[in-house]
Amino acid sequence: MSRLLIVAFDVAESSSLAGFADALGIPFDLLLLSAGVPAPIGAEKVFLAGMPSIPVADAMAKALARFAAPYTHVAAVSSMRSKDILARTAGVLDAAMVTDAVEVLGVRKFKRPVFAGTVMATVEVAPSAILLTVRPAGFEAPEPAPNGPAENVVLDADSMAERSAVSARSGGRPDLTQAKVIVSGGRPLKDAATFERVVGGLADALGGAVGATRAAVDSGIAPNELQVGQTGKIVAPDLYIAAGISGSTQHMAGIKDSKVIVAINKDPDAPIFEAADLGLVADLYEAIPELLAKVKS
Amino acid sequence: MNILVPVKRVPDPYAKVKPLPDGSGLDTAGLKFEVNPFDEIALEEAVRLREKGLPASITAVSVGAAECEEQLRKALAMGADQAILVETSDALDSSVVAAELAALVLELGIDLVLMGKQATDDDANQVAQLLAAKLDWPQATFASAVEVADGRVVVKRETDTGEETLSMRLPAVVSADLRLNEPRYIALPGIIKARSKPLERRPRATEAVAKVRVVFYEAPPAREPGRKVSSVDELVAALKDRGVIA
Repeated sequence: MSRLLIVAFDVAESSSLAGFADALGIPFDLLLLSAGVPAPIGAEKVFLAGMPSIPVADAMAKALARFAAPYTHVAAVSSMRSKDILARTAGVLDAAMVTDAVEVLGVRKFKRPVFAGTVMATVEVAPSAILLTVRPAGFEAPEPAPNGPAENVVLDADSMAERSAVSARSGGRPDLTQAKVIVSGGRPLKDAATFERVVGGLADALGGAVGATRAAVDSGIAPNELQVGQTGKIVAPDLYIAAGISGSTQHMAGIKDSKVIVAINKDPDAPIFEAADLGLVADLYEAIPELLAKVKS
Repeated sequence: MNILVPVKRVPDPYAKVKPLPDGSGLDTAGLKFEVNPFDEIALEEAVRLREKGLPASITAVSVGAAECEEQLRKALAMGADQAILVETSDALDSSVVAAELAALVLELGIDLVLMGKQATDDDANQVAQLLAAKLDWPQATFASAVEVADGRVVVKRETDTGEETLSMRLPAVVSADLRLNEPRYIALPGIIKARSKPLERRPRATEAVAKVRVVFYEAPPAREPGRKVSSVDELVAALKDRGVIA
């Protein structure tokens, strides 16, 4: 009998896979790893691990493998953390691993992007347990529904690695992967201070998150965790404003699920204009301040 | 110290790859093939560790068809000491590759596996983790700095929220992210010179069968064509019209 375990690393993720569970159409439970109250998504059972921090992958995978052994499907929101941990869990369980599922075609059949999202692949999984990282954007969230009974669980295992020097996100702005509005900048932003003033300023005025291109991150203009694209974060906001971004395939792979893409670039031939819903050929140093003034008023 | 660097043959990451009209595969006619860029970064890091004085023997390995020899020659030219091609025409997925690599790691007495975090063709990001799990070794994915000393590897790695550092006793598996280094350029003479380095072909060592198979390829749904606006005022009006700003 098929049964899905949704693994939510934090409360914000607890509602993200309701649409996926609905599409898969099998009974499901929810495991919330960090402390908090999960969203009502109609899980039959809720397991609360209450972890103060997520352990290193080897330990987390071992504990998760023990807990998830009875399930035919285990899914988490796609992120660097979930790819690190779930793929290892699949190895421990000798289960199949599907990365970045965007559509459910059957209980063992999924669609996922390959080649930086320029091709979609339909994959079929042989009879074994299936672990998945899922991009929630493609799934329509059902109405909230009460969860079944909650139970506290203890998940622990020792890690072979020692973790130190953990840097955390500078606070105040929404998480890129959850944000409704994202303002992103590329290398034309010159330096970290300019980037923060121009891109950060508009993002704050719109209550949004800040993103960056690989080129901006590589040249030290923006921190690595802001990188959007094939090898960075995959985002799906209602509004994505790309400032001074040419629109490489690798960057577009991370933003194509955005509802409205706005491109502001002074190069009229930049490839981003082919993908943008609204394009403005302009110097971003003139256009962004004007836009900021007009959305504030 | 023995370092293993798995190297995957992938279509040129900057070329446009199209599905065949019937969806049964990809149209690879005329495509150039390259070493997966992330594997190239991993190999560069292995070579740099040796250049910094770590006594290391570097083995590059590919699992796949005979054509992978081209990429292994490139790896030898970049500085690998020897190469192994596990030659097979079987359907492969990450779990089969991880099984083959695990067998090789144990046979060769490998201390450190350095590999790309993902391949630019299937974007799966799995093999390093699957391999580490099979070997029950510690892992550090998304590495942006690697140091080896006193039987330990210390890895700075990128995370969703920033960075962290993992210190692991060897043996261990490390997967390379973009910012680990910039691989050196290898001119053609270097590739020709590398022809004298040993490249061993051998059959598969395990009977692992692919769990995940691609059954259909298609182009992604196209976005509705957009339009250009001529002023910030027109942009603001259009955004209000679509209800994405107040």
